[in-house]
Parts: sequence; structure tokens; C-alpha cells
Amino acid sequence: MSVAAISTSGEGVGPPTRRRLAGFSRTLRENGFKVGLAETSDALAILTASPAARPSTLKPALRALFCATHSDWQRFDEIFDAYWQGRGVRQARTLAGTALERGSARHLKDVGPRAGRAGFPDHVERDHDDGDAAGDGRGRREGASRFENLATADLRHIVDSADIAQAHALAARLSRAMRARLVRRERVRRRGRRLDLRRTIHRNVSHGGTLMDLAWRRRKIKPLRLIFLLDASGSMSLYTAFFVRFLHGVVDAFRESEAFVFHTRLAHVSASLRDRDVSRAVDKLSLMAQGIGGGTKIGESLATFNRWHAKRVINSRTAVMIVSDGYDTGSPEMLGEEMRRLRRRCRRIVWLNPLIGWRDYSPQARGMQAALPYVDLFAPAHNLESLAALEPYLARI
Amino acid sequence: MTLNRDDISDRLAAVGYIADRDIATALWLMDFLKRPLLLEGEAGVGKTEVAKALAGVHSAELIRLQCYEGLDQNAALYEWNYQRQLLAIKTREGTGEKADAIEEHIFSERYLLERPLLAAIRREKPPVLLVDEVDRADEEFEAFLLELLSDFQVSIPELGTVKATSIPRVVLTSNGTRELSDALRRRCLYHYVDFPDVDREARIVITRTPGIDTSLALQIARMVANVRKEDLRKVPGVAETLDWAATLAGLDLHDLRQEPEIVHETMLCLLKTREDRSRLTREVTERLLGKVA
Repeated sequence: MSVAAISTSGEGVGPPTRRRLAGFSRTLRENGFKVGLAETSDALAILTASPAARPSTLKPALRALFCATHSDWQRFDEIFDAYWQGRGVRQARTLAGTALERGSARHLKDVGPRAGRAGFPDHVERDHDDGDAAGDGRGRREGASRFENLATADLRHIVDSADIAQAHALAARLSRAMRARLVRRERVRRRGRRLDLRRTIHRNVSHGGTLMDLAWRRRKIKPLRLIFLLDASGSMSLYTAFFVRFLHGVVDAFRESEAFVFHTRLAHVSASLRDRDVSRAVDKLSLMAQGIGGGTKIGESLATFNRWHAKRVINSRTAVMIVSDGYDTGSPEMLGEEMRRLRRRCRRIVWLNPLIGWRDYSPQARGMQAALPYVDLFAPAHNLESLAALEPYLARI
Repeated sequence: MTLNRDDISDRLAAVGYIADRDIATALWLMDFLKRPLLLEGEAGVGKTEVAKALAGVHSAELIRLQCYEGLDQNAALYEWNYQRQLLAIKTREGTGEKADAIEEHIFSERYLLERPLLAAIRREKPPVLLVDEVDRADEEFEAFLLELLSDFQVSIPELGTVKATSIPRVVLTSNGTRELSDALRRRCLYHYVDFPDVDREARIVITRTPGIDTSLALQIARMVANVRKEDLRKVPGVAETLDWAATLAGLDLHDLRQEPEIVHETMLCLLKTREDRSRLTREVTERLLGKVA
């Protein structure tokens, strides 16, 4: 916000204060607060008002004004103190959200010329650390290279950049198609069964009460809500990039969907995924998923989900999709217990395991064993065809 | 008349609401900036009480709209009284009155049923409008509410536009079962209501439970604070604390530590699920009681 923009209101406040306040709203914005012009000019009005001049009032007043969510509320005091009392302004500016923003901006510059390739996250990773994952990927260059084969090719084998772009486009289209089908299904179902007496009478008041137009009551069908929990651990790294892209397509197409990424801990990533710019969204997310290396704690991540997010994001028409290979470094008992809790809340749990596509795979991992009793559908997800096969299942829920 | 913040603090105390300092500031800001106030917090922390206290502070009427899934404009805003309309038509059938006249008659104020939202903007003196648990209503309703909160006018097709005669003070509460839209959040001031700290809760217990000792109230508040720290499915709210305090006072108890048995048995006032009940065993109760001193 420029100083000029708010200089019109708040006559009694000098330019230095105004500048400080504009700086404060900017700091808040950098920390992920949704602060607009209206809020800043209201804040100026508060500063002008005499009863608020005391600092003991100013802080709660500005907090009530600038905060919009509980997480804002929790962080506000720290940022406020840092800014107005001049202590550690820098630290405040580099709180979690910001650091990431900057990081991704730098990355964007790096990948800039290749943006046409829709920012394949694996490239970003490779540019920065030539780790095991990337090495493996390169070693399989012999994979499918023709479009017709893409749908059945194991995602591990798709490494040629042109193929990758096509696979991603296919994933995005697939996720959109899923949505379209689901909606159409709903419309067919919408046939009124019961008479809405109240509305019928209302409609027929103009006929003097003789019932001519009948109003029917239809069952309102709520759209299916999808929750994705994507395992971004080291063992999944060959698939992560692809699923991140798929996730973007799904979150974009489904109005009611949320996405989480976990490895050793859980991160809520829907907001980053809703970024219109696909490459930037995917970029941001692959950065988030980069914390890999310390093993996978599926049980603990699920516990975090159940405790903090489930109440808000799950309703009775929710399908939870867990995309993971089931290699858990935590205790299987905990995973089982958390799966049981999750199962009670939602309508279906679908576990997508890329390993099922491998020959001779059987779910031997102890974590997978503990989770299986609570899973409604245990399906492969190693190629595009297997993802497409999910759609009729989702439509039935 | 705009009250300043200290007046609000004083009056909150006068109507029996034990407030922390921040909530008084938020209530003052509501008047100052003419914005609605959005209260969030876990169930049972006393969000609804804030609205009631606000009505007390301004000695205004409290109009409450309880949201639920499927809440529509008919239930929230207005509806025509069809039965009376039909009756009116039937009685006029033989009189040879013009159709236009009848229509004008039956779509007049007399046949309009006010629902909470319409009622709130048509009062002489600005009331307090409490939109309770707004997260339970559908998104469509939320959008409609947002429109009403910015324009404070309602258009009724048969009657025309109804402008607000007074702007109500609006308090919205949310339990966080659904994410509210950014637009609604931005429109509102925000206050996160937390469980009261021990001192405040003790004062609440003293005000609401007649004849309770100060020392017992303090013990109860500490004990409840300890219980809340346990990993429970349903964390006891302030109402549960008050129930428990009333029970203990009724049993003529004066010191929690003297009667661990009674304490353990009456804890069912606080714990509302079987799982929580089995989690707080006798041993746990005694451990928690040890910390109360």
C-alpha cells in the first residue's frame, strides 16, 4: 500500500505514523495476512481516535481488525511487537510463509526459460541437488516415449520431458473429466419425489388458491468432497512430481477438495495449489515436499490430520484418498488407530499405492497391514489408466 | 451515542459478563468502525454469551438467527403468510372487488412474516443480531448474508426494497466445522475466544453460582484447567464448569482435596463421552487433584 493511498483519511495523524502504518500492513501481507485498503484506512481511523491512543488498546484493536483466522490470531502478537517495538523486524518478516514465497520466487527465475514445460518439479529438484531420486530417474530413460503408450506406462518410466508434459496434461484432463462426470450424474438423479406444500400454495395464491402449479421438493445432492493426503517421502519421490500435478488438476476442478502433503509431518497445501499459475503452484508444492529424507511417519501425520484438520474439512460426503506406498517408519499400531478414527469420520477411504502396479507386489509392509482393514478401496496408481479406473468408483459414492 | 472502551468494560461487568480486556476493545471497535464481529473458538468457550452481554451493554434487543444446513431465505429473512392470504382472497371472492386491489391488499405489510434478518433491520432502536454458528449454513447463504451485511437493505419482489431503519450490531459465531469465505472474514472484525484463564473462570463461577466459596471456585477453575490439558475428545466448556460447580456447591463441599471420591464421581458433569470418562480414571483424577493445591 502506498502512503498516498491512505493519506486521504485520518487527518490528525502525521506522515511518519502513516508511513509506519503502511509498512505494518505490508509486513502483515508479507506474512500471509489478507490486508486490504479498507483495513489500513480503518487502522488509521483507530490511530486517530483518542481512546485508542494508548498502546494497551492499540494492539488488541489492530488485532481484531487485521486478523481473519485463528492462525493469524496466533501470529499477530509476535509480528506486532517485532514491528512496533523495533525488535527483530527481520525475523518477523521471514516467518514460515514468507521464506517459502521468496524461495519459490528464486526458483521461478531459475526455471524461467523452461516455464513452457509447465514447471515439472523434478527438474527443480534436480537442479539443486542431484540426489538419489533424480539419479534413478535418469537411469530409466528407456521408458515409453510415444503418447499412446503414456496411459499404461508406469509413471516411473516417464522421464523424457516432452512425455512428462503430455502425461501432466493428461492428468489435468482426467481430473477435470472426473468432475464433469460426477456432476452430470447428479443432475440425472435430481427428480422431485415429494410435493412442497408451502411453496405450492405460495405459487398459487395468484390463482386464488386453486392449485394449478405444483412445486416439487427435490433432494439436494451435495457434491462429493475429496481430501488428498499425498506421501512425499523419499520412497515415493519417483511418483511425487506426477501426483502433485494431478492434485493441482483435481483441486482446481473440484470446488470442494483439500490437499495435504506429508512425509515426517503434515502440511496443508490447498492454498498453494489454488494458484492459477500452474507452474508456480507445482513449484511451491514441490518445495514443500522437499523435506524428505527422514523417513515417513504416516501414523503421526494422520494423527495431526485427525486432530487439527478433520473436523473442518471432512463431512459425510467426503472421500479421503491416501496416496502412499505404505512404508512407515512410525509404529503400525498408531497408524491402525488413526486409520480407525479417520474411518469413522468419512464416507470412504481410498488408498492408492503405486507399488501395486509392480509385478509380484503384496502389501507386506507392517504399516500397510495395519491400515488395510480400514481401507475401502486399495487400488494401484502407477499409471494414468489406473487413475482413470477410479472415476466410476468415485461416482458411485 | 458511542461508548468508549472503558464504558464498555464497566457495563460488561454490570451485566455480569466477566470480560478480558481484548473483548471490550473488539466490542468498542464494532461501533467505531461499523463492522460486524466474527467470533471463533472451540465449542463451549462462551461465544454466544458475548452477544448476549453486548445486548446488555447497549440495553438493546437480541435477535438470534441459528444457522443450520439448508437454512434458506424463507426461514432467515421473510415469508408471506399464505394461509391468511388465501383466507383474504376467499372472503373477497363474492364482493366483486378488482383483482388488482385484492393483490395489493394481500401483498401488503400485514401479510408479511418477519424472520430474524428482516426483523433486525426494521427496529427503531438498533438491536444486536447474533448469527450463530454461521459455518453450519450453506455457502450460498453465506454469500447472501454478506450482501445483506454490506447494504443493509432487502428487496422483496412483491413489496419493493426495504431499507434498514437502524443498523444492527452484528455478531457472528463459528465453530470451524467449515472454512468460511475470505470475503466474509475480511468484512468482519475477528476475535478468537479462548477458554478463560483460571482467574477469570473462578470469577465466572463466583458470579454464576450463588453461595460458593472463593477458595472452592478457585480450586474448581484450576481443576478444570488441568482436565482441559488432558487429551480428551470433548473438552469441557464453561457451561460444564458451571454445572460442576453447582453440583459441588449443592453437595456442600468446601475443599476438593478432602473428597477425591466425590470429585471423581461428579466429574461426569465435565466429561460427556464414554471414551473420555474411561480415560480419566481414579488415578488420573487424584494426580490432577494433586496439582490443584
